[in-house]
Amino acid sequence: MLPDRPITPSTLSVKDLLWQVLWDKDKCTLCGRCTAVCPVNAIELGVFRKREFTASLEPERPSTNVYKVYHGIRQKTDPAYACVGCAMCNQVCPNDAIIPIRSDEADKLRFHINRGGQPRSRGGRRNVPGGLLDQIKFIRISMLTDPALDAGRHEFELRTLLGRMLPPEDNIRFYKENGWIPPVREIYPLIIGSMSFGALSPNMWEGLQLGVAYLNEELGMPVRMCTGEGGCPPRLLRSRFLKYTILQIASGYFGWDEIIHALPDMQEDPCAVEIKYGQGAKPGDGGLLMWHKVNKLIAAIRGVPVGVSLPSPPTHQTKYSIEEAVAKMIQSMYMTWGFRVPVYPKISGTSTAMAVLNNLTRNPYAAGLAIDGEDGGTGAAYNVSMNHMGHPIATNIRDAYFNLAKLGKQNEIPLFAGGGVGKNGNLAANAAALIMLGASGVQIGKYIMQAAAGCLGSESDRCNICNIGRCPKGITSQDPRLYRRLDVDMVAERVVDAFLAFDMELKKIVAPLGRSTTLPIGMSDALGIGDHHAAERLGIKYVV
Amino acid sequence: MCRLFAITSKTPLSPMIAMEAMDVMREGHDGSGVGLFLRDLAGPFEEMKDAPILSGIFTDAGIKRLDRYMMDLGFMTKYKISIKVPKVKLPGTPKRDVYLIRAYEYPEEWEALPKQEVDNRLVSIRLQLRAMGEEEQDMIVFSFWPDVIMIKEIGDPMQVARHLNFGRQELNARVIMAQGRQNTNYAINLYACHPFFIQGYATMTNGENTAFVPIREYLLSRQVLGYTGYQSDSEVFTHILHYTIHHLGLGLETYKHIITPLQNEALEKHPSGAFLKQLKHSCRQLTIDGPNCVIGCLPDHSLFMVQDRKKLRPGVVGGKPGCWAFSSEICGLDAAIPDRDKSKDFQPMHLDTTIVGPDRQEIAICSQTDPLPLPR
Ligand code: SF4
Ligand code: SF4
Repeated sequence: MLPDRPITPSTLSVKDLLWQVLWDKDKCTLCGRCTAVCPVNAIELGVFRKREFTASLEPERPSTNVYKVYHGIRQKTDPAYACVGCAMCNQVCPNDAIIPIRSDEADKLRFHINRGGQPRSRGGRRNVPGGLLDQIKFIRISMLTDPALDAGRHEFELRTLLGRMLPPEDNIRFYKENGWIPPVREIYPLIIGSMSFGALSPNMWEGLQLGVAYLNEELGMPVRMCTGEGGCPPRLLRSRFLKYTILQIASGYFGWDEIIHALPDMQEDPCAVEIKYGQGAKPGDGGLLMWHKVNKLIAAIRGVPVGVSLPSPPTHQTKYSIEEAVAKMIQSMYMTWGFRVPVYPKISGTSTAMAVLNNLTRNPYAAGLAIDGEDGGTGAAYNVSMNHMGHPIATNIRDAYFNLAKLGKQNEIPLFAGGGVGKNGNLAANAAALIMLGASGVQIGKYIMQAAAGCLGSESDRCNICNIGRCPKGITSQDPRLYRRLDVDMVAERVVDAFLAFDMELKKIVAPLGRSTTLPIGMSDALGIGDHHAAERLGIKYVV
Repeated sequence: MCRLFAITSKTPLSPMIAMEAMDVMREGHDGSGVGLFLRDLAGPFEEMKDAPILSGIFTDAGIKRLDRYMMDLGFMTKYKISIKVPKVKLPGTPKRDVYLIRAYEYPEEWEALPKQEVDNRLVSIRLQLRAMGEEEQDMIVFSFWPDVIMIKEIGDPMQVARHLNFGRQELNARVIMAQGRQNTNYAINLYACHPFFIQGYATMTNGENTAFVPIREYLLSRQVLGYTGYQSDSEVFTHILHYTIHHLGLGLETYKHIITPLQNEALEKHPSGAFLKQLKHSCRQLTIDGPNCVIGCLPDHSLFMVQDRKKLRPGVVGGKPGCWAFSSEICGLDAAIPDRDKSKDFQPMHLDTTIVGPDRQEIAICSQTDPLPLPR
């Protein structure tokens, strides 16, 4: 070590980082693609010096050594530029000369990403692999007296309802007396959850919308997509595709001016309005679109200045309690569309969710409740919120269902579950388990980003830079240099592929259970788990 | 799979007719039990159509407890059939002390009560007796209702029928429903044996109701008196029928719309589509997911048969004016009414409700695609 080389407390070696970039001198052609693509500038072209020794075999001629210079790729160790493991470098390298490897021990980097007293913020979701949903099995297969159905040949009606259902007595009476019957939508039970125009790149958003439109109009699958907060491109608001869209409103009210202005020109009602109170990935935190992503287009749609961070506070500041907020917001949103559009709140999974639910049961307008568990994703949040806060979705949705059943309202307020559904790739199994635990449908976010656009994120802190707008795939970036990497039509195609595959798998699960004409909501007798405590907690069978 | 047989006839018939029909369908059930439902009774009960009849199985101690309980409530025995249990025990059938069929005189103070109140009290007495029986294992109570007798027992239907002498005149009735039960996934329990009964509504079913758990949870949460039990996955059919007609005030034609709603394309074309869509939504929790063939009976003595949406269970209706039978298999029908016009036999499909009304003149077939009749 040179005696005057500055070694400070936060000088790190490559070994201390979470991801180490392995580079192979012999394979590298020095094309420079990797450094060009790296979203965080973790690697740079480097100049290396090497001594080459030549031993002479003739005694009279001395051995020599030469100093040579060669060029290559160097990984930076400054915490600000730490490699995020996205492996984009590997994707673009013509010779497979470079690849990131995860450290074999806990990194030291985590102690140093707090520059300037700012704790780490990132996008993605909780970095914990595994989860309970994957442990649930479907144990009740129709056999002797009742042969299993054929997923390929039988007719299936895998639809769910979004909207407030009246009890049958009231429904019949109101129908006869021409009373107001709350609007109800029949939709596909797998919903693309709220990801805003702003959080996602224009190409990603358009690709999703295109896929959803195709599923609806060509394949007859009533798939719905939630906009997230931040409004809608004006053209969508005035198009017939609005009916496939759930508009979200959060406490920042971003984009709502645009929506209200478009009202007189709307050809169709939106499918529903979702009021966001919480996000499972960061319960108790508000929404946050960081300044990196607020470009001219986003600013225009949201009605804000360019280049400022856009936090939505965790609560709707104009209301002082959830009861009041729910009542007022729901009421005014209903009024806006002439009581033709279902309005429901979305909250984070939390042990206080039951209080909200109980409150909704007394509100004749509440059209449902979406609960987002701890494994849900987000575009931006503090690391600590994402990794250490939240409530798992399985128990939360089960409690909510039992709560409704006790009140005799389990058909009246549909529950939608989200948060880590399909996080290990088992989308249909996870969704079916949640439905059988009592959910009317499930919401997915990150799954569709991974399936439709190849999001690189994983449960081991890979990538996770959605917040700073440098998404290497161009999914969550507002920088045209990045998002032009994403092909809109291909995203749409992948959305369709993913939904069709899900549909087949869901049938493969429900057919052997003997269910085909109704979604098996609450069919908990079909579920088993090898964990005694989990079985007891969820009220399902314990099987080993 | 269970075998079902029901018959409605102008002239009273012996329950043995049903037992013989079950016997020819023997291959379809494993002879693990029999359930019998009789109504529109003839013989001695003809004279006392309004008297509530208690049917069940009692131990000697249970009978004493029953008598005390009923006496305290002010019920007087009006008539009883004593089924003397033969000395030689039937193999496979538990030893019983008394099979009870007893008609009562209402307590005097009940006379002023409105019908609804009387109906509810009858149900709560039956439930109370059932609970008492479950405590001490000394009574099993099947029904407590005017003009209705129910008998259920474990064993081969024909042997049980001979053992208990179902052929006796006093048991003749104009409406008979019988089921040969196959031992299914639930533990052997006489309460799990079909037919099921509540306040004048009875149904029996074969097959498996895969939507049982959510439906049970929903019915339990309705807080309606008598929606309890559910030892069998098909008991819910009776309660849904009761709920549809008694509670929601809808006709029998809508029963099928509740348990197996039409799909959306069909609803859009349906003349009563708008209403049916509401019904489909608000009663979503009551949709069954078969396979099931349901045979049922209403308080007005109509008999009906419906199929699940997939129509995976057999069922046939046939007969002649004055006498119609509903059977799982045609051979059962042949055994009971051999002289009918067989070309008129009808096998209801996934959209049909087959009804023989109280006049027993013809089979009415109503399809789910027909307009709903105006409220009666
Ligand atoms: S893995 Fe991603 S962040 Fe790391 S060096 Fe490669 S491109 Fe850069
Ligand atoms: S992309 Fe591959 S070949 Fe090109 S500079 Fe990087 S490592 Fe070398």
